[in-house]
Amino acid sequence: MNDYILEMRDITKVFPGVKALSDVNFKVKRGEIHCLVGENGAGKSTLMKVLSGLHHYGTYTGDIVYNGEIQQFKSIADSEAKGIAIIYQELALVPELSIYENIYFGHEIMKGHTVDWNETIVKASEMLKKVRLHVDPSTKVKNLGVGNQQLVEIAKALSKDVKLLILDEPTAALNEDDSENLLKLIKELKEQGVTCIMISHKLKEIIAIADTITVLRDGSTICSMDTAEHPVTEAEIIKHMVGREIDNIYPKREKKEIGDICLEIKDWTVEDPVKQREILHKVNINVRKGEIVGLQGLMGAGRTELALSIFGNSPGYKITNGEIFVNGEQKHFKNPKAAINSGVAYVTEDRKGNGLVLIQDIKYNTTIANLEELTEGLAINENEEINVANDYKKSINIKAPSIMQKVGNLSGGNQQKVQLAKWLFVKPQVLILDEPTRGIDVGAKFEIYTLMNKLVEQGMSIIMISSELPEVLGMSDRLYVMSEGTITGELAAEEANEQKVMAMAIKSR
Amino acid sequence: MENKKQAQSSSGTNKVGLGQEIATLVKENIRDYMMYIALVIIMAFFTWKTKGGFIQARNISNLINQAGYVAVLAIGMTLILILKHIDLSVGYVAGFCGAIAAILMTQYGVNEWLAILIVLLIGLVIGLYQGLLVTRVGVPAFVTTLAGMFIFRGLLSLSLQKTGTIIVPNKGFNALSNGFIPDIPGLNLGVHALTLIIGVVAVVLVIFSQIKTRKNKIKYNFQVTSTPVFIFTLVFISAIIMAIIWVLAKYSGIPWAAVIVGVVLIIYNFMLNKTRLGRYIYGIGGNDQAAELSGINVKKVTLFAFCSMSVLAALSGVLYTSRLQSATPTAGLAFEMDAIASSYIGGVAVSGGIGKVTNTIIGALVIMSLTNGMNLMGVDISYQYIVKGIIFIIAVAFDVRTRSKSK
Repeated sequence: MNDYILEMRDITKVFPGVKALSDVNFKVKRGEIHCLVGENGAGKSTLMKVLSGLHHYGTYTGDIVYNGEIQQFKSIADSEAKGIAIIYQELALVPELSIYENIYFGHEIMKGHTVDWNETIVKASEMLKKVRLHVDPSTKVKNLGVGNQQLVEIAKALSKDVKLLILDEPTAALNEDDSENLLKLIKELKEQGVTCIMISHKLKEIIAIADTITVLRDGSTICSMDTAEHPVTEAEIIKHMVGREIDNIYPKREKKEIGDICLEIKDWTVEDPVKQREILHKVNINVRKGEIVGLQGLMGAGRTELALSIFGNSPGYKITNGEIFVNGEQKHFKNPKAAINSGVAYVTEDRKGNGLVLIQDIKYNTTIANLEELTEGLAINENEEINVANDYKKSINIKAPSIMQKVGNLSGGNQQKVQLAKWLFVKPQVLILDEPTRGIDVGAKFEIYTLMNKLVEQGMSIIMISSELPEVLGMSDRLYVMSEGTITGELAAEEANEQKVMAMAIKSR
Repeated sequence: MENKKQAQSSSGTNKVGLGQEIATLVKENIRDYMMYIALVIIMAFFTWKTKGGFIQARNISNLINQAGYVAVLAIGMTLILILKHIDLSVGYVAGFCGAIAAILMTQYGVNEWLAILIVLLIGLVIGLYQGLLVTRVGVPAFVTTLAGMFIFRGLLSLSLQKTGTIIVPNKGFNALSNGFIPDIPGLNLGVHALTLIIGVVAVVLVIFSQIKTRKNKIKYNFQVTSTPVFIFTLVFISAIIMAIIWVLAKYSGIPWAAVIVGVVLIIYNFMLNKTRLGRYIYGIGGNDQAAELSGINVKKVTLFAFCSMSVLAALSGVLYTSRLQSATPTAGLAFEMDAIASSYIGGVAVSGGIGKVTNTIIGALVIMSLTNGMNLMGVDISYQYIVKGIIFIIAVAFDVRTRSKSK
């Protein structure tokens, strides 16, 4: 069968100074699930923006052939009218509105000159059934979890009679259960005749679901693989993505010298006073000098809440019980500054939201958490600051023309490295890394793992929060598993495996 | 290896043609250039319309004296706007503080300098009140300072209720917005010698600091403008400073108001660019949550900005009262409009996190040139507001467009 719903021919897109796409060819068969992979900055998102009309006709060269006709999309509305819908990683729902209002937002069902809400609710319920979301359609979207919000987005796309559905990293923010659900749903949609393009970094799920896998690298198509012809392996995809074989995704540490307990949390209990609910219940964890401790758990298990409340920043929550000890000495962190002063650093999972000042440059972001060290009298020693920023740029390999580069213009991996530079400059004893490799490419991941190993070899302690099981298993010396705000298990690296961890992660309190 | 590459690329950019370099410079700095161009056009227009009256030494001195009270407000407002807040109360805080100063001097016989100090302290208390409401209680700045507008307008008319307008007889006080720095005694050159000396010193200082900055940038392999462009910039800046100095020297010298604004400007420019506090202000404006997690005390910095704003409002009130040589119940009307417009015309980003006090001063000059020029032309006050509003919205619209394009 050679029935292509979409052919993008020789697409070239130039931004001032950069060629984002050069002669990209991309063909999607009708009714297949087509996965698009590539490192960050490879051009996946740009290609999809060209397709959706966000980069409108005339700003690129090449042809978009959809259903056998050359298309000239001037806006997203044009592509939507033809049945193409994109669901972005950052969901575009209005949290204060109900599910049914959101589904028909922008294409309301009218009766005369007013909205027919009754009909809307009936139709919305049908759509929800299709995506197997069994909740009242009048629920406010803000009261749904991320996974269910994702389903609402898909329902919204279905309500517009979508033929080609594009999902940009749909599972990035989902836990394993929700991810599995979503992938199942995508397969069902395929049976109903919806073609699907999925951008993803998670190779395992790609292999599980894809009919065809296209790899982009540096703005060019590297290859298209049909999974029916031969089974594709993760190693094969990685090889195409980076252009080299990565033998070992998780680098081994040269020496392991694990010392005394550096940070210890005892009976940590945190309450949400509004909902009168315990977010965390009697959590006990510790990390030793020179040790990487993994903290695994599904989304909503309370991992980030734990880290933030330790770090002295838990707005809206009340710490009702618990003690913190740093090197055996009891501490009270009433704000992040106090934690930093005691040698605890927290690298956030949300680098754009609360990690970096995107409109400022690399230099600014590198030094902002420890300007004390650079201040002489009243003024900041700017020469010293430049030296510091340059040193970190070099030592952790931040790829940018200079430290004067705005952080907002960097790729995800390089942004993450700037975050690490910032927190390494405060010279912490304990580094809490929250999802350190989320949304970044394989090459940068490897560099971050290598850096983590180097840091613990130098005697630092690392707590790594991650929802990617292989990563936690591959990097940790010891790991804790969390579920519903409690620690449900502690495992040494040798005895841990995916099944054991998963069983603990879904354990109910 | 990487350094070598950088050095090559930066020397590479040095080799591009002068024309091309200027084109890129204009493209990258279009926002700043537009502001200067607008100022020049406005000044040229009024000079033409008033048959040269606008550009005369007397009027320029007058303009600077008039601009003083708005300039100090705009400097404070820049901080507030960078932090994504707003302060609507500054006008009536200024009016109220000016009235208190006049009352202290005329009814209680307080020495003028002590009166000024007391009024600045009152400004600090007002700043604490509004700042604590915003940071601790969590009332949005818009609402807090709108309420402040009511309150201080009321306090202003209450404090002048019995007396009506108070005439201030203190010479020293009135000199603040009407007087000029003294000349070197004994000289009689027909021009103001001290003013010329200050001008020359300023030019030398500017040239030295520019050369030093450039050398440093070259040392670290950062991109710099090519030598001809750099020299042109220096000559241009020096010429502007000397031109203004010459005009002032021909009249009565540098006005005290300019000295006061200059000192405030230098302090705030240093604070924003060279100190931790300045970094924190930009950080909070750029991403307050990231700032919080970086160990910055967001509430404290915000509180500081509100305190500084109200103290500067008090200073503004002093300058305005001195300018009129009296305290009136209508003082402070629409000051906040001029201050906010000056900051935005000066390039503070509407989305926060970006802004320079040095550019804000240019913004204040734009606004005050409009006021002064239209007054000279005898334009009705109603039209003055409309014209200012139109210029303001054009400036911000242009700003928003250029910023979204650069993304």
